[in-house]
This record gives sequence, C-alpha cells and structure tokens, in this order.
Amino acid sequence: MPLLELRNLSVDFATASGPFRAVDGVDVSVDKGEILAIVGESGSGKSVSMLAMMGLLPWTATVTADVMNFDGKDLRQLSPKARRKIIGKDMAMIFQEPMSSLNPCFTAGYQIKEALRLHLGLDAKARQKRAVELFEMVGIPAPEERLKAFPHQLSGGMNQRVMIAMAIACNPKLLIADEPTTALDVTIQAQILDLLTGLQRDTGMALILITHDMGVVAETAERVSVQYAGQKVEEQPVADLFATPHHPYTSALLAALPERATERHLPTIPGVVPGQFDRPEGCLFSPRCKFADDRCRTVPPVPASADLGFARCHYPLSVSAEAEA
Amino acid sequence: MLRFIFSRLLTFLPTFFGVTLIAFAFIRVLPGDPIIVMAGERGVTPERYQELITQFGFDRPVIVQYWDYLKGVLHGDLGHSFVTKKPVWDEFFTLFPATLELSLCAIVFATLLGLPAGVIAAVNRGKFFDRTLMSSALIGYSMPIFWWALLLIIVFSGWLGWTPVSGRISLMYYFDNPTGFMLWDALWSGQKGALWSAIHHLILPTIVLGTIPLAVIARQTRSAMLEVLSEDYIRTARAKGLAPFRVNGVHALRNALIPVITVIGLSVGTLLAGAILTETIFSWPGIGKWMVDSIFRRDYPVVQGGLVLIAVMVMIVNLTVDMLYGFINPKIRKR
Ligand SMILES: Nc1ncnc2c1ncn2[C@@H]1O[C@H](COP(=O)(O)OP(=O)(O)O)[C@@H](O)[C@H]1O
Ligand code: SF4
Ligand SMILES: [Mg+2]
Repeated sequence: MPLLELRNLSVDFATASGPFRAVDGVDVSVDKGEILAIVGESGSGKSVSMLAMMGLLPWTATVTADVMNFDGKDLRQLSPKARRKIIGKDMAMIFQEPMSSLNPCFTAGYQIKEALRLHLGLDAKARQKRAVELFEMVGIPAPEERLKAFPHQLSGGMNQRVMIAMAIACNPKLLIADEPTTALDVTIQAQILDLLTGLQRDTGMALILITHDMGVVAETAERVSVQYAGQKVEEQPVADLFATPHHPYTSALLAALPERATERHLPTIPGVVPGQFDRPEGCLFSPRCKFADDRCRTVPPVPASADLGFARCHYPLSVSAEAEA
Repeated sequence: MLRFIFSRLLTFLPTFFGVTLIAFAFIRVLPGDPIIVMAGERGVTPERYQELITQFGFDRPVIVQYWDYLKGVLHGDLGHSFVTKKPVWDEFFTLFPATLELSLCAIVFATLLGLPAGVIAAVNRGKFFDRTLMSSALIGYSMPIFWWALLLIIVFSGWLGWTPVSGRISLMYYFDNPTGFMLWDALWSGQKGALWSAIHHLILPTIVLGTIPLAVIARQTRSAMLEVLSEDYIRTARAKGLAPFRVNGVHALRNALIPVITVIGLSVGTLLAGAILTETIFSWPGIGKWMVDSIFRRDYPVVQGGLVLIAVMVMIVNLTVDMLYGFINPKIRKR
C-alpha cells in the first residue's frame, strides 16, 4: 500500500467572479521513502493540490477526492483535530518563500520548539537539545545562537534551513517541499537540494518535490508527475520521462532545458497556462500545442495507458526526446 | 534600547516647544484683557491695573515673557491659578488621578472587549458575528457622546436604578485620598462597601468614555488581523498542526498588535484630553472638568498650564507606545 494515495483530487475556489477549478482530477501516489517530483509551470495547481491534502486551503476552497489516504488513514474521514495530529508531525511541508514563511515576531528557536512540544510533548530541556540537534542536521552553524535569532536576522538560505529543521522536527513520514529553492540564490539552491535529498536518504522519509525546473527533477527525483492547468498530464520514472516523454507538454518542457537547446536561443513554450477565464474547450494544452488539431480543440483527452505515461493526450508521442528535438 | 528611547525623546522636543508656544500665545490672542477679567465686576483702579501688569510681566517684550514662561515650565513652575491662587501644578496633580483612573478604566474596558471581538470577527470574516460587530462599531463610533451618556443614565440610573448618576463614590464614605485613585484608596480605607461604591460610580463613565475607543480598537484589530491572516507564516503555523486558537491568538495576533497598539495609544491620548465631556456630564472631578471650569472663569494660567501638562501626558503615552513596538516586533527595534 502506498504511503500517500490521492485519487481524482479536485479543488474548486469560490471567487468573486464565479467558481474556479484550480485542481482537476489529479492522482498522486507516493511510496515510503520515495522521491516524487511534481513539475509544471506556475499556475498549474501544484501548490493548491498539496495544500488541499494538508488541509491548509482557505474556506473558499472545496476539496473533493475519491481516495485520500495517508499512512493507512482516510484523511477525508478525520476531524480537523485528528488531522492536526498528523500534519506537522507525520506529514510536513516547506514553502517557496523562506523569508516570509517564518513569523517575524518569534525567534527561530521558539518556532521550532513549538512543534516539538505540540507533537512530542518534550520538556524544555529536551526541546532545546533536540532543536540544537536539528539545526546541526540541517547544517546551521552555531546552533545555540541561531536558535535565539529572529528570522530577519538570518539570510534566505538560513531561514529555509530553519524551515526544513522545523518540518523534520517530528520525523515525518512525508515531506512536501513546494519550490523550496525558487526564491534563493543559485549557489544556495544546490545546497538546499543536496540537504533535502541527503535528509531523505538518511531518514527514509518520502519526499514530494514541487518545482517548475526540469533540471532539478533530473538531479533529484525517482518518479515525475507533470501537471498542467490543474490536471496531471503525464507520469513516468525520471529516466524514462527524460528519454521518452509521451505528452507534448512534457516534451516542450524538456526542449526548453538549456542543455537540450539546439538553437542559440532557449526555446520557451509560447503562451501561458490558462487561468479562470481562458480555459479552452477540448485539450487544455491545445492553444499552445504544435500538434493540435480540431479533435484536440473540441474533445478533452483522457489519460492513456501506463506504458504511455498516462499521457492526457489524443496523440501521445513515443519517439525519444532527442529525436524529437 | 536606551539609544532608541533617547532618539524618540529628541523628536518630542519640537512638539514640546510648539505646545508651550501655542499655550502661551493662547491667552494673548484671545479677546479680552485678562487683568480686567481677573478684576471681575468690581473693576480695578488705573494704579492697581498698572501694578498688576507689572506683577504679571505683561509690560515686558513678548519674547522675554515667553522666555520667562518657558523657564518656569522647565522648572515645573506653571504659575498660579487666578481664582484659587494655588499653583497650577498642584491643582493638576490633585485632579489628574481622577482623570487617569477613568481613562485607564475606559481603555481597559475598550481593549478587553475590542481586541477579542476584532480577532473573532476577522477569523469569521463575512459571517453573522463579523457583520453584527462591524455595524455596532460604526454606530458606536458615530454616536454623539452626550446623547449616549444621557441614554445610559436614563436606562441604568433612571429606570433600573442600578448605577449612580454622578461623582466618584457615595457620600456615605469618607476617607483620606492619598493617591487620588479612588479604587485604590477605597480598597485601603478598610471601609466596608467603599470599593464596591467606587466601582459602581465608575461603570457608566467608563462605558461612555470607552465606547469610541472600543469601536476603534475592534475595527483596527479586525483589519490588522485580516491582513496578517493571509501571510505565509500563518500558513506555516497551521502546517505545524497548531490549533486555531494558537494560530490566531498567538501567531497572528502578535503581528496584528502593532497597529492596534497604535490606536490604543492614540485613544489614551484623546481620552486624557477628551474626558472633558464625560467628566462634565458625570460631575467627575478630573482635569477635563477643571479645564472647562477654568475656561469659563477665564483662569488663564490654569488653561495655559493645563494645556501644556495634557500635551506632555499625551507625549509620554506616545513614547511608551513607541517602546512597546520594539518589544512586540523585534524587527522594528532594528530600524
Ligand atoms: N486562494 C485562492 N483563491 C482562488 N484561486 C487560487 C487560490 N490559490 C490559488 N489559486 C489559483 O489556482 C491556480 C493554481 O495555483 P497554484 O497551485 O499556486 O499553482 P502552482 O503552484 O502550480 O504555481 C492558479 O490559477 C491560482 O491563481
Ligand atoms: S490532445 Fe492534442 S492539443 Fe492536447 S496535447 Fe495532445 S496533441 Fe496537443
Ligand atoms: Mg506554487
């Protein structure tokens, strides 16, 4: 049984201009100790789907799913209180903006010890000991002093380390990292990714890494799920996905990688992810797809078979990416 | 921290001189000759008039007069009341505790009700409680104080007979008033029922004086909370599995407090200065009533000194508020 299983997850927002489906029938499945990458451009519903699973969306969101199981529990059946016993303990999340994700009014130590007291019931001495240990684990020098620091006294990279320490404080079975490096300097990005994969290896937790960077995926993940405009459009093991992408969107994302660019300029995918008001009729990718025909523009495609990477496309590709490019 | 306080004190200097200047100019631009007014209906002989002019220094250049006045103020000499002949300073400090006691009660009342109300409204944005609270706040804010006081007096003192109409304590009780704070003195007087009587007398004036700050604090808390609740660190707090009470009451409220403390501070300032109406209605022997009486009696040194002292009190409150910011949000201390 997978550690996490979401089937047909949808999220609708009630907005001033009517309902908006930000996540549309997404399936996610993660095994113990596995690294799953979720990729897709900004606005694809990556964050919203994970926040929905954590129960962190505002009240304007309606979450529905056929299956929502974590660690043998049906998340849909849990009371809010029972759910709070799981999130922050067995299932933790870190976010894109480390600088604004920590409370400016409390020290790093206060914020990390809060979780230790809540979930593990440690006394003050044990909390201090564990907090120092965690800071050492995430590579924060002079931990005793940093525990007393306020977030504004630390750099972005350091704050993200604090966030990671906080997230792994109670030995979670699953860590969700939502674009953990997007807001950081390039040099720091690699350090944080190494830290995350290292911690994953050492602790055996499962890791969901959300990113819009295919380069990051190649270096870290085992399996990749590609999301577009709220839908999962393809899913494959990382090597297969890079070798033979089946969905034209995946193929386009890969072609945009710097090392795969054949022309002098980096090819980007023209157009943007459709939002609330410009959702196309048939295939959501059709306005930007170079293979689109009339059928694509009128009939929404359904996911293909497993050997075609569940590609949500009428005409899944099966040539290798190199040949394609 | 010391440097912070010192720099804040420096910024108060211009304000302080401005206030003394205004207070000084006040009696010189007002129509009517203070000496004539002082002399009253019996009038004054020309010789006596000259004598008084010299005595009060009105014959010297204005600049010199101001300088003398300023020197006096800096030495704590605010002159003597024309009417009682007592030093303005002494009168102020005999009456100030009454105003302070009432103002503190009003602000505590407004904060204790307004803060939680604002938090609950923000958390339940758009729901019944929120809408009810916000409309009541609007009413409270725009209610004419005089009318509101009379309404409360009619209902609670008149119809129900629950509360007294005026004064600070029932005439049944008599004891020394060493601190001037009636609640405190009543408690230590050892007389049975004295404290209860003092509380009884405080209820209506507190509600009347606290109504506007209550409305302001509730609205400010709500809007500050709404802003903070959409911050990333609130999501982090919830992602930790913290209960809503901790997320809203600790993580969010602590951040929302800065603008709320500001309006509380501003309210204390306006309360000290603005208890005038409430004190007059309830015959509350504080500085508000003292100032009103002095204006009617053309007791210029009192008006002048009272203005300066009230301004200083407001400045002290503001300084305290500024220092509180640093304690609540360490980021501000750095700036
Ligand atoms: N609270 C919200 N209310 C309404 N729409 C939202 C809300 N949060 C996100 N969205 C919309 O949902 C879509 C998906 O957002 P998101 O999951 O953040 O994308 P990603 O993380 O893939 O960049 C976007 O179009 C975004 O505008
Ligand atoms: S269904 Fe058509 S438009 Fe959509 S991705 Fe496939 S080929 Fe492109
Ligand atoms: Mg996102």
